[in-house]
Amino acid sequence: MQEFLEFTLGGIAVGMIYAAIALSLVLIWRGTRVLNYSQGGMAMFTTYVAWVVIRDTGSYWAGFAVALAAGLVLGALLEVTVVRPTMGKGPLNSVIVTIGLLILLEGVAGIIYGGQYRSFPPSFSIKGLKVGSVALGISASDLFTAAAVLAAALALFLVFEYTSVGLRLRATAFAPGVTRLLGVRIGRVLTLGWALAGLFGALAGVLVTPSTFLYPNSMDSIFVLGFTAAVIGGLDSPVGGVIGGVLLGVVLSYAGGYLGSNLVLVYGLAALALVLMIRPSGLFSSTASRRV
Amino acid sequence: MAEAAALAIEDVHAGYGGVPVLNGVSISARPGTITAVLGANGAGKTTLLRTISGLVRPRQGRILVDGANLARRHPEDIARAGVAHVPEGQGVITELTVEENLRLGALCRRGGSVRSAALSDAYQRFPLLAERKRRHAGLLSGGERQILVIARALMAAPRVLLLDEPSLGLAPRMVAQVMDLVRTLRDEVGLTVLLVEQNARSALAIADCGMVLNLGTVVAADDAAVLASDVALRRHYLGF
Repeated sequence: MQEFLEFTLGGIAVGMIYAAIALSLVLIWRGTRVLNYSQGGMAMFTTYVAWVVIRDTGSYWAGFAVALAAGLVLGALLEVTVVRPTMGKGPLNSVIVTIGLLILLEGVAGIIYGGQYRSFPPSFSIKGLKVGSVALGISASDLFTAAAVLAAALALFLVFEYTSVGLRLRATAFAPGVTRLLGVRIGRVLTLGWALAGLFGALAGVLVTPSTFLYPNSMDSIFVLGFTAAVIGGLDSPVGGVIGGVLLGVVLSYAGGYLGSNLVLVYGLAALALVLMIRPSGLFSSTASRRV
Repeated sequence: MAEAAALAIEDVHAGYGGVPVLNGVSISARPGTITAVLGANGAGKTTLLRTISGLVRPRQGRILVDGANLARRHPEDIARAGVAHVPEGQGVITELTVEENLRLGALCRRGGSVRSAALSDAYQRFPLLAERKRRHAGLLSGGERQILVIARALMAAPRVLLLDEPSLGLAPRMVAQVMDLVRTLRDEVGLTVLLVEQNARSALAIADCGMVLNLGTVVAADDAAVLASDVALRRHYLGF
């Protein structure tokens, strides 16, 4: 029972990170039908930016804020300069461009910062919390991770549902052609979508890196698991992305805890294959929700 | 014609890829008139509207709205210059609510008060939409959707309205209702309307002028009453 509680809470905490990556992928997929393979690379890069700021200022929170801002800027910049020219030229072009971006980002990070593993500080203490004498299997840092992703997801939801910017984002995702005809400058909307995706990726990067170390490929496996979470959620549903992330985190935590932790990434890939075989449209895709 | 044209198209050539569809089309529409654009399938009617709204780039020619040349501009900019294009078929965004669809139509205008005034105007003119404003647009009937897309186009306060087959797939009673609405918009709002229709008879009944396209060229252009009474033209091109 004690173990079960630890695995569950720990799984939820890690799952929130997958959820953040999933959200960043969903934001781009909804708007542009592009799967952004460079999302992990972008998150790694902004985490290096945070690392430099923390090293030079000594303030974790300065690094945290700068990483998020860098994510916004990087997302917008890549959309305008690299992704925009590939739009409307077939899906394979954008796939190859985002894979190329990933290689480029990892290469540039290696040139600037070197390939060695660097430790990255956590937000709060990583000492396990206890209620009375019962260990919960999570730390204050884990709590902050879950709270930060939840707050960001909630903010995103409120923006989507209740602001005119959110209306533009949703309309562009559902019907870009019609939305253009109504005078909405969809180019700007797509740039904003990438910027927000960069923000969520950056958030995932600073939150996960304390437990993985920082190096040019540090986000690769996290990206795969975040992608799995997004697919579980249906790839175009933000709510689905968050639920998919938590679900995957918990399942992998049980698998790692009860079956052995060496093969967690393999379990993740197995989960991905399983979802694609049984329900390729995901658990929460909009085609399913439309039927309700 | 003493009055300046609200919409003038001069010698427009356009097509898809290397395939020409419009071969030198010219039209002139006075402010506050309805011009029916008629012709068989494949005559270029829809392409003409898509070219005016910027979805298709003309290879040659000018498209003047209140004297300003909009040819080769982006659809967003053309919409902001006062041209509303209601495309054929499903123009409503079914995933959004009725109210969200309407609000979307006014997002190109500045100022929250302007936008909310447009929304209350729309509800006043279309009480049916006010009753269903929280509903997803996908739950509306075909006729209700057609009303919604026209109402949404009006949210931008356009001067020129391009309507592509508004009667398509509607019950006869709904067709009459939509045609009445188009006429009302001309008379009360002073809109200049380009009305593409398969249903030539009901289009000419409300139009001031008409033009007939065949294989991308204008084969006839005259007052609506003159076209409607031209037996040879009706038999050859209009099918009634």
